[in-house]
Amino acid sequence: MPPLTRWAVRASLFYVLVGFTLGALLLAHKGVGVHPMVWRLLPLHREVLMLGWMAQMGIGVAYWVFPRIARRRGREAFAWLALLLLNGGVWLAGLAPALGLPGWVLVMGRGGEVGAVLAFAVHIAPRVRLPPPETLLPPSTG
Amino acid sequence: MPPLARWFVRSSLVYLGVSLGLWAVQGAAAVWALPAGMVALAPAALHLFFVGWATQMIMGVAFWMFPRERQRPFGSLPLAWATFGLLNLGLLMRLVGEPLHTLYPQGGWGWMLGASGVLQWLAGVGFVVNTWGRIRGR
Ligand code: HEM
Repeated sequence: MPPLTRWAVRASLFYVLVGFTLGALLLAHKGVGVHPMVWRLLPLHREVLMLGWMAQMGIGVAYWVFPRIARRRGREAFAWLALLLLNGGVWLAGLAPALGLPGWVLVMGRGGEVGAVLAFAVHIAPRVRLPPPETLLPPSTG
Repeated sequence: MPPLARWFVRSSLVYLGVSLGLWAVQGAAAVWALPAGMVALAPAALHLFFVGWATQMIMGVAFWMFPRERQRPFGSLPLAWATFGLLNLGLLMRLVGEPLHTLYPQGGWGWMLGASGVLQWLAGVGFVVNTWGRIRGR
């Protein structure tokens, strides 16, 4: 696994811990009543799991296994930028409603998330192609 | 594909079918009056999709494809099987308990939601613990 994939996968596993903890809390609150403030965590739960966990895992693994161009992964800076924007966006958009922050924080968070998608698209687009025949092996290592 | 990966992937496909089926039925609420139970199923149906289908598919493929260690290629097998069991048990408990609790708030079903949360949380922790060591360069 290349370094970017290791960072993305580790971060996405971290988000599983955060998101499942929030989910369990929300579900317990729905069932037996924990604290009225718990509902404020719902947007954070959503952002963390949909983007931090699932989208980030997809980005990390796609970066690792998609066909390379002349043995290189191409515009790597855009992939790093995508991770930066995604993680910033998740926290801004997730925490803004939970902490009652001004609306522009939420807008910045969502903007970061959209920016992450665009940056990753710029990175991955040239790699969406048939791999050279000699590389048609399962992505075991490297 | 190791056997556990097949279990993860097969059950994720079942959840995909069931969750889309439930959505289709709920869509019919725009035309026909549906029993209240169908509407009360909405959050559980959403999570059959996100947890049952998407998360479980990722877990199965990660278990299969992530770099393997020489000594223990798949980490701890008992832990990985426990993850699979806990996730599915927790999810099914939510599928039953959440609509019942919504329909009959005084019916004493609330504990099922708490228990379901704990089971799914344990599954999440199990997956992270077992996968962490397989994130490496070689
Ligand atoms: C990949 C995993 C997950 C994703 C993407 C996800 C996503 C979501 C989303 C989008 C909502 C908002 C639904 C709405 O506003 O109508 C939600 C609500 C909720 N989630 Fe999750 N979730 C995940 C896992 C979990 C887990 C593991 C639990 C519990 C252990 C959980 C518990 C809840 C609860 C209790 C609600 C509120 C339901 C309600 O409105 O009554 N979620 N989730």
